[in-house]
Amino acid sequence: METISTLAYLIASVLFILALRGLSHPETSRQGNLFGMIGMAIAVVATLFHSGIDGGGFALIIAGIAIGGGIGTVLARRIQMTSLPQLVAFFHSLVGMAAVLVAAAAFYAPESFGIGTQGHIQPSSLVEMTLGLAIGAVTFSGSLIAFAKLDGRMSGAPILFRNQHWLNLGLGILLLVLAIAFISTGNALLFWLIALLSFGLGFLLIVPIGGADMPVVVSMLNSYSGWAAAGIGFTIGNLLLIVTGALVGASGAILSYIMCKGMNRSIINVLLGGFGTDPAAAAAGGGSAGPARPVKAGSAEDAAYIMKNAQKIIIVPGYGMAVAQAQQVVREMADLLKKEGAEVSYAIHPVAGRMPGHMNVLLAEANVPYDEVHELEEINPEFAEADVAYVIGANDVTNPAAKTDKSSAIYGMPILDVEKAKTVFFVKRGMASGYAGVENELFFRDNTMMLFGDAKKVTQQIVQSLQK
Amino acid sequence: MNPTDLAIRAKEQAEQAMTLADRALAAAHAVQPLAEAAHPFLLLLTIFLLACFVGYYVVWSVTPALHSPLMAVTNAISSVIVVGAILVTGMAESPVARVFGFLAVILASVNIFGGFIVTRRMLAMFKRKG
Repeated sequence: METISTLAYLIASVLFILALRGLSHPETSRQGNLFGMIGMAIAVVATLFHSGIDGGGFALIIAGIAIGGGIGTVLARRIQMTSLPQLVAFFHSLVGMAAVLVAAAAFYAPESFGIGTQGHIQPSSLVEMTLGLAIGAVTFSGSLIAFAKLDGRMSGAPILFRNQHWLNLGLGILLLVLAIAFISTGNALLFWLIALLSFGLGFLLIVPIGGADMPVVVSMLNSYSGWAAAGIGFTIGNLLLIVTGALVGASGAILSYIMCKGMNRSIINVLLGGFGTDPAAAAAGGGSAGPARPVKAGSAEDAAYIMKNAQKIIIVPGYGMAVAQAQQVVREMADLLKKEGAEVSYAIHPVAGRMPGHMNVLLAEANVPYDEVHELEEINPEFAEADVAYVIGANDVTNPAAKTDKSSAIYGMPILDVEKAKTVFFVKRGMASGYAGVENELFFRDNTMMLFGDAKKVTQQIVQSLQK
Repeated sequence: MNPTDLAIRAKEQAEQAMTLADRALAAAHAVQPLAEAAHPFLLLLTIFLLACFVGYYVVWSVTPALHSPLMAVTNAISSVIVVGAILVTGMAESPVARVFGFLAVILASVNIFGGFIVTRRMLAMFKRKG
């Protein structure tokens, strides 16, 4: 029986790897997801056949799967694609909490996993248990904060207070001391103190990080949830959990790296938080301090007229498009322009939106074919040939100051070269600066026209003008 | 050499062999706890590190357009932590542990079903031109 379940776990591991592998292309991704589901089913069924499971326990397990599965199914079916980032953050918190619960269960019933008897657990298992517990707890509370910020249940603004980082450092050291004490004594009270402290630390680590840095935070918590699973895998000696935890941990770490690179910031800089709240930097970047400079504001009719006569149009969506739920009407506009004979494509910055790949999903939802959607490196050379760049709800990622102004907070960040297009339209509510608190030089250029208003309404007006 | 001498010599040899075997057994017994403690951990650590490398290369090959589904699906598969929850819910002697296990089964199941379904929904939307 032991051999069969080990074999089943091995097969499930391979299927999970294939599930990730499938995501290298949209065409293979659906099959990959199916592999993932099959792998999970094999793992669960093989575990259910374990000889030690009694009748009452079996009923309890089935009930748990039914309850959880029901809730998960409803959540996943009802969620709007614009709310995806908060759903993912919420799911991460569940993995974290599950890790905490399994660690606690292993602590009170070590005999289930053959790691000792209650009160006499092998020290090596206690080390692994502490890791799974602490990482799981940090993942749980950190993800809850990320969820609340993304869902608008709390302000996305960074929450800063005096000596914040020293407090976190102190709590980190205290956690280490508690962990050592727990590993050497196996005391139940210490177990729960570690859990409590880790919950608090997860909370404190995420509150200073602002809304637009959430792609990094969500990726990082994704990574943590993997490491927590791996920690539990070591604790209970389960090969499948270890492999999966490593896969997920690596995946989240790579995504965090890509997101940080997309902003030219170090992970430390993101984690310390408070980005874009430095008043001195905002003032130096122009900000609201200087006299108002003239910008060219246009109407939707003007924009429609220019676009009608354009050959090549590149649409640059940002978080503003998601907030206004404008993806559908943007596609309608693109369809009309294509009928006029224009070539329309989309340019996506790596950190656009609130989670990696957020914009791609929204455009896909609006039935934009994925071969019209391009990444930064792919499309940047094409802006020089474009007649129109239509920037909708994106600001910092198009700011040429990132290339020229060494004093700017976003200096060195890779940007979309919209400035090279013949005409640039900025759809924006007002003149407020972006997340980084830096004013966009592009607004004042001769070839820029500002279209003030809600992203959806403005685009709708353009659609109406095009239809005339 | 007469048969009696031969038998005595054989008996001596056999006794020596037996002593050696006894010593080997004792040595093996002495080493066994060490081997049991160290070996499985090293094995698991090896698997862990190799899996990290596999993850590294596989994830770099994921197209950036599918980074959101990647996140959702990794979320779903990391809920394989449910196997630990199932074992403890089904066989723990301590009722407290069973309660923890049961709650973990629920949470992980939310993730498994939710994660895979939302990934499927997302992937179904990615279509080619025309």
